[in-house]
Amino acid sequence: MLSELRTMWEVLKHTFTKAETVQYPEEMPYLSPRYRGRIVLTRDPDGEERCVACNLCAAVCPVDCIALQKDTREDGTWYPEFFRINFSRCIMCGMCEEACPTYAIQLTPDFEMCEYDRQNMVYEKEHLLINGVGKYPDYNFYRVSGMKTATKDKGEALNEARPIDTKSLLP
Amino acid sequence: MSELMPVILALTILIGGVAGAAVLTWFERRLLGVWQDRYGPNRLGPFGIGQVAADMIKLLFKDDWVPPFADRLVFIFAPTAIVVAMMMGFAVVPFAPGMMIIDVNIGLLFFLGMTSLAVYSVLLGGLASNNKYALLGGLRSAAQMVSYEVFMGLSLIGVVMMSGSFSLVDIVEAQTDVWFCFSQILGLIVFIIAGIAESHRLPFDLPEAEHELTAGFHTEYGGMKFAMFMLGEYLGLMLISCMIVTLFFGGWHGPMLIGDWLPPFFWFSLKVFVVICFFVLLRAAIPRPRYDQLMSLGWKVMLPITLVNIIVTGAVLLWMEGVA
Repeated sequence: MLSELRTMWEVLKHTFTKAETVQYPEEMPYLSPRYRGRIVLTRDPDGEERCVACNLCAAVCPVDCIALQKDTREDGTWYPEFFRINFSRCIMCGMCEEACPTYAIQLTPDFEMCEYDRQNMVYEKEHLLINGVGKYPDYNFYRVSGMKTATKDKGEALNEARPIDTKSLLP
Repeated sequence: MSELMPVILALTILIGGVAGAAVLTWFERRLLGVWQDRYGPNRLGPFGIGQVAADMIKLLFKDDWVPPFADRLVFIFAPTAIVVAMMMGFAVVPFAPGMMIIDVNIGLLFFLGMTSLAVYSVLLGGLASNNKYALLGGLRSAAQMVSYEVFMGLSLIGVVMMSGSFSLVDIVEAQTDVWFCFSQILGLIVFIIAGIAESHRLPFDLPEAEHELTAGFHTEYGGMKFAMFMLGEYLGLMLISCMIVTLFFGGWHGPMLIGDWLPPFFWFSLKVFVVICFFVLLRAAIPRPRYDQLMSLGWKVMLPITLVNIIVTGAVLLWMEGVA
């Protein structure tokens, strides 16, 4: 009985507390920068697509909502010929972002993606690509990776040692 | 004019009761919102009052469907019973001096009888639905209401003894100097608890118990028939509040020390409003007890309290008579 009275008193005190509700369309809620919302494909600082079409995101995706096709540029770098995310399936788990070796795929704090037509939930590469670097401003995959491209040979990447000639006895 | 007065009043109560119940659905949600640190319906119209109209439109345009396995006649009759019974209960409520439909000398018994009739609604609704959840809800309500009926009546015996009348007007007049909520504090507590159980509102909404029985006795109901059950429940809430004010808080009299410097009807409505807010507070604060807890609370705690109250009240009255 005493605990019931105390409960009532505690509830009554809430008459003078402010409502926690955020009145959404008029008042935007604060979303952390790490909020997992709409997925974007970022570009490296030189303005090129970061995605190298390695398919890791599509492989790790638990709902199989990512589809892409690899293609090779003239300079030897890889890029996705098409990149498609079906947002009507996507559960915003962020595993694609974790799997991505080039920081290309990133989740943003935007959740306002409602559509009247289900078909419009399928985003193609032109919808996903942004003109920015996302959360990693200085990162460029082909500058740090050992892959040989038209502009750099093996061993010329940042912080990369010269390749070792495995057939020679010299140090 | 004097013959026409009860008719006008009856129509006013009919319309006012339905409108009041409708507004109460909105008011309750807003008040619960205040106590649960949220807003509640606040979109439609000023303070969201338009929600009432929106709900009404929605309920009116719903398919008036009777399940094929239900007992058709009883199924349709059941929701009306609670509304009729609760509306009838308002006939004896003295809103202000002379402002009541009938002043019968058994007003209190009439009120108790009418609230008891509301059991039929819930019980028949549960049985006629031919659904196991509804049946369980109906069974619970039968047991709950019948047992709480016992000390709901007994808790008022103290009031009747002190005022010496079953007429509600006499009971209010007897509280001109001191309200019965002091001398009959035990009766008041029991009556409030029994009143909640009787109008099966939270925390005693075991016939409904949406966590266990989906929606209890009105699982199969929809549209206006469901609205009738809701209307009956809110009318019951208002009726119980009116009776608590009439029997224990001096009816139309102003508070002691402050006096009657405002219209009697104002004092009555103000007190009813406060009691309704209290009921909403109970809903916000108290969790629903288990079914056996409800029953043992009733028979092992409430019944002895009422009996002690009756004995003590009678003894004190006899002693004071002897002294005088």
